[in-house]
Amino acid sequence: MSINRRDFLKLTAAGIAIGAFPSIAFAGSELLKKKGQRVVIVGGGFGGATAAKYIRMWSNNKIEVVLVERNQQFVSCPMSNTVLGGKRTIKDLTRDYGGLKKHGIKLVHGEVTAIDSEKQKVLLANGHLSYDRLIVAPGVDFMFDQIEGLDANVADASIPHAWKAGAQTVLLRKQLESMPDGGVFAMSIPKAPYRCPPGPYERACQVASYLKKSKPKSKVLILDANPDITSKKGLFTAAWNELYPNMIEYRPNAAVLKVDAASKTVKTEFEDVKADVLNVIPPMKAGAVAAMAGVASVDGRWCAVDFLTYESKVHKNIHVIGDAVSAALPKSGHMATSQAKVCAAAIIELMQGKQPDQNPSIVNTCYSMVSDSEAMHVANVFRFNAEKQAMISAEGGGVSAKRSEQEGALANYWLENILDDVLG
Amino acid sequence: MIKQYLFVITCAVGLVLPAYTAQAAVDSHARNLAASCAACHGTNGHSAGGTPVLAGMDKALFVGSMKDFKSGARPATVMHQHAKGYTDEEFDLLAEFFAAQKR
Repeated sequence: MSINRRDFLKLTAAGIAIGAFPSIAFAGSELLKKKGQRVVIVGGGFGGATAAKYIRMWSNNKIEVVLVERNQQFVSCPMSNTVLGGKRTIKDLTRDYGGLKKHGIKLVHGEVTAIDSEKQKVLLANGHLSYDRLIVAPGVDFMFDQIEGLDANVADASIPHAWKAGAQTVLLRKQLESMPDGGVFAMSIPKAPYRCPPGPYERACQVASYLKKSKPKSKVLILDANPDITSKKGLFTAAWNELYPNMIEYRPNAAVLKVDAASKTVKTEFEDVKADVLNVIPPMKAGAVAAMAGVASVDGRWCAVDFLTYESKVHKNIHVIGDAVSAALPKSGHMATSQAKVCAAAIIELMQGKQPDQNPSIVNTCYSMVSDSEAMHVANVFRFNAEKQAMISAEGGGVSAKRSEQEGALANYWLENILDDVLG
Repeated sequence: MIKQYLFVITCAVGLVLPAYTAQAAVDSHARNLAASCAACHGTNGHSAGGTPVLAGMDKALFVGSMKDFKSGARPATVMHQHAKGYTDEEFDLLAEFFAAQKR
């Protein structure tokens, strides 16, 4: 709860500053001269990049799109657990934004410092960007203050969450390489909802895959804050028992309360666990930009939207897509791209004074690599239900009958195709 | 570059032929539906590999395949689960959209 209050105070402070000193708050000049209708998108991950491309493509390049992204390069979170297993390097998952520029998307690499929903401006350190419509696609941020002894610096230095692919993924892999045979790799999973429901269980498989080959006396310990495996339970249990017998230990209802970085010890309600390599995945909330825009209204964590347009329920002309959305939908890269396309189509229609598609459907296909070569999936179509004002899973969705090398190959092609669809 | 070039041509043709324009307007729902296929089958059905290219696919072949996935007549790893989420009318819309895409 302290987080909510603090965010609220921060927001209020920003609001007061904007209200009282508008000329100071937005003293910087317009970074890009605005001519026609403009959509500004904050966040160039799966969701934001897809929205950028599809707004350009579907508006015949008529709507100006400015994409604000802090990183110079795109790193795919999907499949990044295979860096821990050793099948891929982080470089294999890294792409540049050159493909988007070919669509005429204007890329601004920078950090958003505030959003003025009244004046419809996004503020950066060196100026601002005016918008007709804003898409907030910030992914997740970590609620470090929920775990004593853990913060962003500790995560960067010694207890990586590696839940955003990048430097921490590489650090975690190095820690595994340095671990002695017979060591313990302990990981913790936060209470749902969190990014990528099957991801932690896939990670356990990838780590076990590496350890089985290189350090077979070692253990993988999963401390899950949830009462049970949250995704593909039967398939993961089978993979653990059949591929990595006696290596993976699963403990439900084991939320991590405290971390001691020096001794690599975590405290749960029931026990202290000492590990050789510690991977604490903290609870998550919508990325900070959502709070700046004042749209993270659900528990101060997630953003309520209209599923026909992804427009925020709080502020007009601000849309939210991807992990930041409050919905009974998996927080996955694929889901973010699906939402982005519905949002892109709706924004074009709204800007043209037309009614958006009243019957949208979206899909999610999510593969989990359980070894170097084998994968399994969960696939669903979700359709808009007008009565419930929600996206509801259609009949027929579900998981693989069994893991297979065929699906492992399909998973690799999935990555190639989705990256091409998002960035190409 | 090639894709953009084709897109320009498609738009130009659309401007010249009223029938084409009318169809393009009606089909924005089909276009939105078809966008769901892109993650695995590429933008507008131009697969980057590993999955069938849907762009330019014969309508009867598309609809027949989807119906067989839906009924289970054709075994699949993933497609039966997606096919069951759509109606036969939507198969027709999707088929029409993909058939109209240049390969």
